[in-house]
Amino acid sequence: MRLPCPCCGWRDLREFTCIGAADYLERPTADAPPEAWDAYLHVRDNPAGPARELWYHDPCGTWLVVERDTVMHAVTGSRAVEDAQ
Amino acid sequence: MKRRASGGSAIERARGVPFRFDGREMRGCRGDTLASALLANGVRPVGRSFKYHRPRGVLTAGSEEPNALVELKRDGAYQPNIRATLQELHPGLEARAQNCWPSVRRDVLAVNDLLAPFLSAGFYYKTFMWPRAFWEGLYEPLIRRAAGLGRLPRAYDASLHERAFAFCDLLVIGSGPTGLMAALTAGRAGADVVLVEEDRQMGGLPLSQGGQIDGRGADGWVQRVLRELQGLPNVRLMPRTSVFGVYDGGVFGALERVGQHLAEPGLVPRECYWRITAKRAILASGALERPIAHPGNDRPGVMLLSAVASYWQRWAVDPGRVVVFGNNDHALTTAQALAAEGMQIAAYIDSREDVAGEAPFPLRAGAEVVGTRGRQGLREVTIRARGRESRIACDTLGLSGGWNPTLALTCHQGARPVWDEAIAAFVPRPGMLPGLEAAGAARGCFSTAACLADGVEAARAALAELGLTAPDIALPEADDSPYTLRPLWQVKAPGRAWLDFANDVTTKDVKLAAQEGFASVEHMKRYTTQGMAPDQGKSSNMGALAVLADATGGSIPGTGTTTFRPPFVPVSIGALGAGARGKGFRPERRTTSDTQVRALGAPMIEAGLWYRPSYFPKPGDPDWRTACNREVGYVRKAVGVCDVSTLGKIAVQGPDAGRFLDFVYTGTMSRLAVGRVRYGLMLREDGHVMDDGTCARLGEQDYLVTTTTAAAGEVMRHLEFVQQAFCRGWQLRLCSVTEQWAQMAIAGPLAGELLAHVLGEVPDLPFMGYQPVQVGPVAARLFRISFSGERGYELAVPARYGADLFRQLVALAEGLGGGAYGMEALNVLRIEKGFLTHAEIDGFVTAFDLGLQGMMSRKKDFIGKAASGRPGLTGAERLQLVGLRPQDPTAELTAGAHLYPREAPAKATHGQGHVKSVCYSPTLGTWLGLALVTNGRARHGEMLRLDDGLRGNRCEVTLCDPVFFDPEGGRMRD
Repeated sequence: MRLPCPCCGWRDLREFTCIGAADYLERPTADAPPEAWDAYLHVRDNPAGPARELWYHDPCGTWLVVERDTVMHAVTGSRAVEDAQ
Repeated sequence: MKRRASGGSAIERARGVPFRFDGREMRGCRGDTLASALLANGVRPVGRSFKYHRPRGVLTAGSEEPNALVELKRDGAYQPNIRATLQELHPGLEARAQNCWPSVRRDVLAVNDLLAPFLSAGFYYKTFMWPRAFWEGLYEPLIRRAAGLGRLPRAYDASLHERAFAFCDLLVIGSGPTGLMAALTAGRAGADVVLVEEDRQMGGLPLSQGGQIDGRGADGWVQRVLRELQGLPNVRLMPRTSVFGVYDGGVFGALERVGQHLAEPGLVPRECYWRITAKRAILASGALERPIAHPGNDRPGVMLLSAVASYWQRWAVDPGRVVVFGNNDHALTTAQALAAEGMQIAAYIDSREDVAGEAPFPLRAGAEVVGTRGRQGLREVTIRARGRESRIACDTLGLSGGWNPTLALTCHQGARPVWDEAIAAFVPRPGMLPGLEAAGAARGCFSTAACLADGVEAARAALAELGLTAPDIALPEADDSPYTLRPLWQVKAPGRAWLDFANDVTTKDVKLAAQEGFASVEHMKRYTTQGMAPDQGKSSNMGALAVLADATGGSIPGTGTTTFRPPFVPVSIGALGAGARGKGFRPERRTTSDTQVRALGAPMIEAGLWYRPSYFPKPGDPDWRTACNREVGYVRKAVGVCDVSTLGKIAVQGPDAGRFLDFVYTGTMSRLAVGRVRYGLMLREDGHVMDDGTCARLGEQDYLVTTTTAAAGEVMRHLEFVQQAFCRGWQLRLCSVTEQWAQMAIAGPLAGELLAHVLGEVPDLPFMGYQPVQVGPVAARLFRISFSGERGYELAVPARYGADLFRQLVALAEGLGGGAYGMEALNVLRIEKGFLTHAEIDGFVTAFDLGLQGMMSRKKDFIGKAASGRPGLTGAERLQLVGLRPQDPTAELTAGAHLYPREAPAKATHGQGHVKSVCYSPTLGTWLGLALVTNGRARHGEMLRLDDGLRGNRCEVTLCDPVFFDPEGGRMRD
């Protein structure tokens, strides 16, 4: 498997670490209710199909949002977390 | 030499090659495979079958071979399951038959064959059920002794393997007419092409079948195309290479036999594991001939017809008198061609009624082979035609049940092939696997002319996708005769008819499986073990499927195939693990003082990938603790020196650096004065402690964060995440500088005095202060921090000066009655002071648990703040950090032990907590421990029982404050 790093181009899977769904970018505000924090920390969808995932490219230190189909394994997009919305 | 005809395109007859098989001296030719050499030497059984230990001969001439698996001597040990059909002969090669004792001709376990009526599918499952107690003591050892194909060598595998990476526009898998034309088309278009071929020689089927291409001998045409390809700088030819797996994103796994064929490989690796990344790929892997399941079809001498032709054409192996048994036109034309070249064809048997043709041999239409004879090898076959049986004497039976496209690679990502009635075989669907298309025989185009055209067509399509222009290419003329067959999967006659030769599965076993309810193809496979041998059923899957469909009354496409998974061919573990042995698997990180501390005799311990000195022994030390106590004494009474460069160092710089650090630390770093250092705690977002360390403000916009040795990578990744995800637009940069600085701790009452020797004067630096200093001409950094509770400094110099600095500091310390100290002493010093490491910060603790709740700012948001306030993460029910002192100071404490009320049994329900770290404190003359105890802070003075069931250690301990020594901290501040 290969992933496109916006900084380095297409690179082998072994250079990356995945930490799961890109929901982790939607950090609640400090005063959000406990339910919001619970959902943010612990609740994740497990989609069969298109998914947005957080990957870290170790060699260059870039965090990415990768759009990937978990059924077809097709990588359809990748953006640096800094540029992703 | 016996059994060699004239000719043989692959061998150099003049160059004899001596080798040994099963202890017998033999001679082959240069260019032989082990299989062709054995056949040429008249060796018929080359191994014994798995279950019934029946003698087995060579069946095929390629990597799909189920029978001719041998043990090959290499690097002093016998490697099992080497396919003789792929192994090239070299002088001095030594091989032996496997699965037999004492020899392949006389094998004791051949008695199993007499028991065959009892050893049907599922025999083990049914027989070894009861009595239950017999399983472990009797059945399992017995079965284990008899099971397995070949024996694994016990010794460490000393053979060399390599891994390598390749990238290309177009990967062409297979170098037959299809692959050659595809590579030629793409090569002329300027594409970056890799052409891989499993065989030593490129060319595919024409090498074995002769015939004409482009008005000349097929072999000549192949050589001409290869010469052109070799001349193209953008084409790379890789013979002896098998593609075994297709992975996501156009990544292909391939195994190259680099030195497997060399008598003395020296430093040439045996195999190379390639990862080939290709933008597009063409599967031109051809097709495999399938055998026919007729009674007695496993006798040595029964071969695939294509193998008979291959051994004749390429290696000039004379098969003697040959009977050909087929069901298709290709079988007949092959027999005719072989007879024309002088092979003795005793008869041609075809199951179809309507077969006719000119032939110099008897042609029996509507006939079947219903039996064979010959103990160690075929002597005669029994033919049945119109209900009448007759016998024909022969040495070889060539089987041709039709051809199966070699499509396994197209299914590696889960797609299923489709059934093609015309050729009675499964074919790949176009677009089954993104970026890979099958062409030629691999998708069911069987004539040479069709293959040539299909190769060009596939290359054109790939070039269009690559944005390249395909050149006009003239199609060579070649044979275009149609291929027709009438399916014949099994001959219905008494006697055992084999499907899977390697795992001894007969048609009866498959029928039995269906009868007993294992009617799904995946169940049948597991129940009978069909297709589960090293050949993965390449010659048996289709036949077994057809017999199953027949038994269940279903159709073949309705029954479906089993799942194709990588690897397509066996891959040795050594090749998969190439480059990852020993230090390749776990590299060593060494500090700049490494050579010196090893020269001082220090045993090294691992800390992450780093190696650090444990202690520094002196002559006459009775044990390691003596050294450890001495080093603790250096620090408490004089001065000690320790290399602490392994701690993570992260530079955080920019106008927003302080704001950023406020967000990742529980405390406030933005208000830290320049030249000051603060202890900081980082939490994970779930509210637990991630790491602790110091943060120094070197300049207005310049901070240096330190982490523990173990968590350096995790912290760096975390900081990168927080910055990129939540601090967009903030002006700061992060950089790991761990390896750029060598940092030495100088600790003890005389630390200032030692530094005066290095810096020229005692630095006027308050506790938790920082200042830049000069060590001679070298710009250095001096921090006044302490991990021992004594007056302590850490002096950092650029890494290239680390070794010199360490040597100088140790010499000066020794002059002051101190010296170097190792990890053991460092641990004692920090436990005496209640300082934390990852022994305590175990991922489950909160700042509250450690008594550090005061470090959590109430005035700002920071990572982990919201979650750390959740119910259950604070309060009396938490395990909290306490100190432990034994009642008897000499009673040893052990880390990992659990704590219970004094009279309660050692049961989880009574558990009060557990011990995280222990040491013997020479300073206080007692054992000490740090533990996590439920509501521990409120229980100082209480007595508990320490119980270490693993080590059998029990003693009574008193809970106390975790700071045992100098609780006011005067020693490190003054």
